[in-house]
Amino acid sequence: MTVLATKRAEAKPRFGPPASLSVPALALFGFFAIVPLIIALGLSFTRWNGLGSPEWVGFDNWVTIFSDPAIAHSIWLTLGLMILSWVIQTPIAMLLGVFLAGHERYREILAVIYFVPLLLSSAAIAIAFRNLLDPNFGLFASGAIPFLDQNWLGDPDLAFITVTLIIAWQFIPFHTLLYQGGARQISQSMYEAAALDGAGRVRQFFSITVPQMKYTIVTSSMLMMVGALTYFDVIWILTQGGPGDATRILPLAMYQTGFVANQMGLASAIAIVLAVVGMTISLTITRLSGFSRMESQMEGE
Amino acid sequence: MADTRTKKSSTIKVIRSQPARPSKKRLNVAGGVLSFVWLAVVAVPLYWLVITSFRTQATFFTDKPLALPSDPTLDNYQLVLENDFWRYLANSAIVTIVATVLIVACAFLAAYAIARNGRGVSKATFSVLLLGLAIPLQATIIPVYLLIVEMGLYDTLIAVILPSAAFGLPIAVLILVNFLRDIPPSLFEAARLDGASEWRAMLTVALPLARPALATVAIYSGLNVWNGFLFPLILTQSEDKRVLPLALTTYQGLFTINVPAVVAAVVLSSLPVIALYILGRRQLLAGMTAGFGK
Repeated sequence: MTVLATKRAEAKPRFGPPASLSVPALALFGFFAIVPLIIALGLSFTRWNGLGSPEWVGFDNWVTIFSDPAIAHSIWLTLGLMILSWVIQTPIAMLLGVFLAGHERYREILAVIYFVPLLLSSAAIAIAFRNLLDPNFGLFASGAIPFLDQNWLGDPDLAFITVTLIIAWQFIPFHTLLYQGGARQISQSMYEAAALDGAGRVRQFFSITVPQMKYTIVTSSMLMMVGALTYFDVIWILTQGGPGDATRILPLAMYQTGFVANQMGLASAIAIVLAVVGMTISLTITRLSGFSRMESQMEGE
Repeated sequence: MADTRTKKSSTIKVIRSQPARPSKKRLNVAGGVLSFVWLAVVAVPLYWLVITSFRTQATFFTDKPLALPSDPTLDNYQLVLENDFWRYLANSAIVTIVATVLIVACAFLAAYAIARNGRGVSKATFSVLLLGLAIPLQATIIPVYLLIVEMGLYDTLIAVILPSAAFGLPIAVLILVNFLRDIPPSLFEAARLDGASEWRAMLTVALPLARPALATVAIYSGLNVWNGFLFPLILTQSEDKRVLPLALTTYQGLFTINVPAVVAAVVLSSLPVIALYILGRRQLLAGMTAGFGK
């Protein structure tokens, strides 16, 4: 019986769709994602202002990347944004997600409101907060609460944390949604057993909820980290990287180097750094995450 | 011993009376406090946006920021509508619909080939797309810009549609492959033995069964394209090709310190998705987490 089944699995299926069905997807993705990545790699060894033809300069741009203090500053800001975003967003999203996993009526009503930021585009959120935080016309400008009456986006010491918090406001609902889904899959019987053993709420949270949601934590963390590496829209609209270079994370540095300063070669080198770091993070974490799990489950069947 | 037994029996009673949430005996103070703090963090800015959009420019400076408008007006909305809002909305709608149809069609065909015949080209496609899942689109903008200029497509809606669709493909294919693999192959074989062609088997067996997954893909991809900012920013220029997210920055520049008009534009631009949220909240939220929620 087993032998028969294996044989049949190995034998060529009698019917099957032609492989050419995957050509449109392969062509579209190859042309607009893979080819550009190769072009960017090539351009990163050239000096080019976007007009005329690129001039081969060997590793000049790469030396610049690893020696230029402005780029080093952008790299540190990007790393800072990545870590701060994780530290701020993960605990809040996890607690809210677990809280919203309950089916009580008032929690469902809260959830309806919590998820509204998901409906707004990055541009809408950025424009809204730009006006809301305006030091002259904004919500806090009246000075009713002196602590909040600051030039949030114009003060170089505050701009970075302000931008980080606005990004958190935008993305916590999404991660809350992930954690809500993760928490709802935990079997109630585990909590019942823990309660019988006398475990309190905090103990249950750390001994059942957190370990049971490890795939959600991995997925959410991966999306947060790659997200922090690629935030552009919100920061570009809020501060354009300023004041000075206080919020000039790598994607903004790349955009400005390429499309404002017309240094396509150097900008391409920054793009390759972004791609390599982004892909390394995703591929490393994906090995542990739900995707590879889904894959292997499928293959095991 | 006796003590333990009474504890157990009381817990069981609680379980019987509240089958859904047996452990909710004590009040969850921390959760409750956090949930209401977060409610304020989310709701106050949204409330400010809506309430400000109904103020006149004069009362915006005199009213308290969170008070109801003393002289409510719809002028701000009218001002936004008179300043090419419909054109931006139409551009956004065209880009979103065409890109989403492209994504769903290409992804379905590829996913069907991969799920039913995971060898050769299909297998290679799947590997490339899985790898592509990790490519940040930001890293490709310079070459994409150059390619679009070379193709003579710069400053057209097609220039935005094609790369947006390309970057929507990996996650779409992944979701659909995972879904289609669960359809028993015998269903297709039965259709083929009944004399249906491969195309017919795909359209009459796979397509109807995959409808929920296709909806998820369409929602997830559609929202991403609708909210997309970077491709329109670098690939278009003229006002008649502008999409809504980009147009919001235009309104900010146009209205400058007329804050009520700027926030009216923000509210108006968000209404289509808010309408979807009201019509089908669960479906929309399920679509948003796409394959990640599993």
